[in-house]
Amino acid sequence: MFSQFDFEVIRDSLPYLWQGMQFSLGLTLLAMAGGIVLGTVLALMRLSSLRILSWPAGAYVNLVRSIPLILVIFWFYFLIPIAIKHLSGNPYASGIGPFYSALIAFTMFEAAYYCEIIRAGIQSVPRGQVHAAYALGLNYRQATTLVILPQAFRNMLPVLLTTSIILFQDTSLVYVVGLTDFMGAASKVARRDGRLVELYLFAALIYFILCFTASYFVRRLQQRITPPR
Amino acid sequence: MAMIEFRNVSKWYGSFQVLKDCSTKVEKGEVVVVCGPSGSGKSTLIKCVNGLEPFQQGEVIVNGESVGAKSTRLPQLRAKIGMVFQHFELFPHMDVTANLNLAQVKVLGRSAEEATAKSHALLQRVGMIEHAKKFPGQLSGGQQQRVAIARGLAMDPIAMLFDEPTSALDPEMINEVLDVMVELAQEGMTMMCVTHEMGFARKVAHRVIFMDEGEIVEDAPKEEFFGTPRSERAQQFLSKILHH
Repeated sequence: MFSQFDFEVIRDSLPYLWQGMQFSLGLTLLAMAGGIVLGTVLALMRLSSLRILSWPAGAYVNLVRSIPLILVIFWFYFLIPIAIKHLSGNPYASGIGPFYSALIAFTMFEAAYYCEIIRAGIQSVPRGQVHAAYALGLNYRQATTLVILPQAFRNMLPVLLTTSIILFQDTSLVYVVGLTDFMGAASKVARRDGRLVELYLFAALIYFILCFTASYFVRRLQQRITPPR
Repeated sequence: MAMIEFRNVSKWYGSFQVLKDCSTKVEKGEVVVVCGPSGSGKSTLIKCVNGLEPFQQGEVIVNGESVGAKSTRLPQLRAKIGMVFQHFELFPHMDVTANLNLAQVKVLGRSAEEATAKSHALLQRVGMIEHAKKFPGQLSGGQQQRVAIARGLAMDPIAMLFDEPTSALDPEMINEVLDVMVELAQEGMTMMCVTHEMGFARKVAHRVIFMDEGEIVEDAPKEEFFGTPRSERAQQFLSKILHH
């Protein structure tokens, strides 16, 4: 039944598809790093007893989590150039390009989700650990970075990675601002050569293999790091 | 001047008063045991000494410094007071030596070598030197608690606080921890211990404080407390825990 399909088109377009994959992976890793850093800051703010810190962080997280990702990508693409023109006062100022606007959008969006994971991770560290750290004379910054966060990250690593796998899948949304990720590359080849079935099957297979393998290792990791206490 | 002094300390959780006008003193070199039924506020009281529990009224003076005062730098004050917890609270992501070194390096500014030398000497003393490279999760409760005591001592504290150090231990491990505490007491360490171990109190305590419902009901020299407690509540409590 596959006789009318032409899988050679995949082989011929592999270099192009690989370029797309590099873009997908790069965007995922950058957005993940940025999202985790920003998410940690947001989580610490949310857990602060100072309302001036906890309230804005909570509002931000709830706002972002109520909006579809694709809308956030659009927003940043169209709003940042306007903001730059407005702030710089130069009507001809150029934007920052689709890549950076997408990267910022993903980072800001994912930060809200990472924030909630990290917050749960921090809260999973027993109160006594915080007391023990303070009782030794550590200050807030030392107690947080040396005692609480290392344990929190260990507890939440599996969830953090699972979220990042979903982030990897979500990067395919960048087609809306004209960027070409792996999915976009497959889609372009498919339409150019009229080989929709082959390319979309191939793309699905690759996503499946990558995400399934990654999930498998996350599960293994989860079993290994189950705390000894 | 007393090492630790409580002056009319009161504390509320919302409208519930957990500490009611508590006043007492711990002199330098004195060992004071705090006992009482659960929920009587004894853990809360001891945590006021190093500011882990804030209080709303009164004053706690440690070595001449007021714990609640705005000008007091709590980290510096806490570094001078060792504390041992019911659930040990060793840092599970660090090995035993790293647990002891952490605050020596980060708070006291000792070099890694200096800290390790100090840590190993103390581990030797509590009989844990052969476990120096293990992680807390690999140790028994009694071993973890001995390490926790060594961690407190590593800071060269002027006083040690013990918050039910043996209540989470299996019976056969209680003595190994009490032995370390007795030795410490006999060396003249200033100690404030929340514990139900009346054998320990009989052996090394100078004074016993009995708390009930947030109040210091009885604050007496050991002989007096075990001989003829004045309050009925203390008598009841003693008869309950001593006749098991």
